[in-house]
Amino acid sequence: MDKLWMYLQIPFVQRALIVSVLIAFCSALLGVTLVLKRYSYIGDGLSHVAFGAMSVAAVIGLTNEMWLILPVTVLCAVLLLRAGQNTKIKGDALIAMVSVGALAFGYLLMNVFSVSSNLSGDVCTTLFGSTSILTLSEGEVRLCVILSILVFVSFLFFYNKMFCVTFDEEFSRAVGMKVDLYHLLIAIMIAVIIVLAMNLVGSLLISALVIFPALSSMRLFKSFRSVTLFAAAFSVFCAVAGILISLLFGTPVGSTIVTVDTFGFLVCFLIDKISGGIRK
Amino acid sequence: MALLTIKDLVLGYESRSILAPLDFQVQNGDYLCIVGENGSGKSTLMRTLLHLQAPVSGEVIMGDGLRANEIGYLPQQTAVQRDFPASVAEVVLSGCQGRMGLRPFYGTKEKELAEKAMKQMHIMDLGRRCYRELSGGQQQRVLLARALCATRKLLLLDEPVSGLDPKVTAEMYDLIEELHKQELTVIMISHDIQAAIRYATHILHIGKEVLFATKEEYCESEIGKAFLGRGEQ
Repeated sequence: MDKLWMYLQIPFVQRALIVSVLIAFCSALLGVTLVLKRYSYIGDGLSHVAFGAMSVAAVIGLTNEMWLILPVTVLCAVLLLRAGQNTKIKGDALIAMVSVGALAFGYLLMNVFSVSSNLSGDVCTTLFGSTSILTLSEGEVRLCVILSILVFVSFLFFYNKMFCVTFDEEFSRAVGMKVDLYHLLIAIMIAVIIVLAMNLVGSLLISALVIFPALSSMRLFKSFRSVTLFAAAFSVFCAVAGILISLLFGTPVGSTIVTVDTFGFLVCFLIDKISGGIRK
Repeated sequence: MALLTIKDLVLGYESRSILAPLDFQVQNGDYLCIVGENGSGKSTLMRTLLHLQAPVSGEVIMGDGLRANEIGYLPQQTAVQRDFPASVAEVVLSGCQGRMGLRPFYGTKEKELAEKAMKQMHIMDLGRRCYRELSGGQQQRVLLARALCATRKLLLLDEPVSGLDPKVTAEMYDLIEELHKQELTVIMISHDIQAAIRYATHILHIGKEVLFATKEEYCESEIGKAFLGRGEQ
């Protein structure tokens, strides 16, 4: 306990906690919509795109990688959502293609134009997050805070509309809602979250942050509002618990958080099986 | 002026027409049943009426001050909805979205509207229940209540009784009839020709031949007799 208290006094640990709470919160909010719309795989595809973009940024030596990664990921998110609407199979195949392609391309670039001596270490860090969350600069934290607040405010503002569009696209169109606009908005928000989450858990594990809270919450709760609220709480709890555990035992941050998420899901699953579902 | 005027409307996908041009009018207070074989274009017609799909040619003119976002639509259920965690109240309220514009949250007016719709559908006691746990008939009532939140004039129903057992089907028809008596115009796609001639005021038969007629005329027509005769077998 003392050791933990000591850690919490350190500024970079505090920064890591703030960032992870924000990211976990936002990814869970949108995760519910993504899972319900059968878009969960898009998160996975986008994270690989973000990895590819990051390699490009590293190779051409950009000082602030965000300026390249963010636009590229947003663009891909829009394209993937578009394709997913026309026909199911085409969208699926496209996601697989883009994600594997970006992953291979990114690794190839890093290999050919290697800028550091420890290549496999670098790649491992980008894919699995490792400790980069603990070395965030003040500027990165500020960017993360601003973007998270933007995502949260737009989610709140469009909450009722997103529910309507997610529940029944045809009906929403029939009453004159601009469904495509909301899809675009969802795409942009998820891309922003994925880019932010790369710092936290690395690009291979991001989908876990999106999917686990939503699925766990859907086991237990029956209304859209309660599912969303519980997913956010679940996600924040798992992220904080994961970081503290990794500090105490020196385990990698990203995989620890995802492991906690997995256990959380199992607990929810068991509660659902045993109780037959809590009412409301 | 008629509520809906359909003028030389050619339906189809990507400029390939699937049906002879349609010409008919729907007056305020009509109850129109669209019947025809599977794949004859009933759903395409409904999607075109809702502006979800562009016609190949021709037009749909709205009269009597009807606006495009004032049509209540009951679509067929989708796979997404079957395991969607949503309370009945949330689903019904979402029917108000057409009138919300950019406003983010529902006000008292929307809540009253939703409550009235739920009363009319006799689902007041289901408000907090989870949509996916309801029976098929209850789910249809919830979706109908949602459609009522969107309109007080025109309801478009896409096979509202498919998959329901006979007793629930009869209840559903009675509910729709009640709404029709309250001055709502109803346009319904139906496979159930017997119910169509029992409740509707007009029939639109589409297929190889197209016929728009009042119920009485339809029963006397060649197409009608042929179709009715087959339905009884």
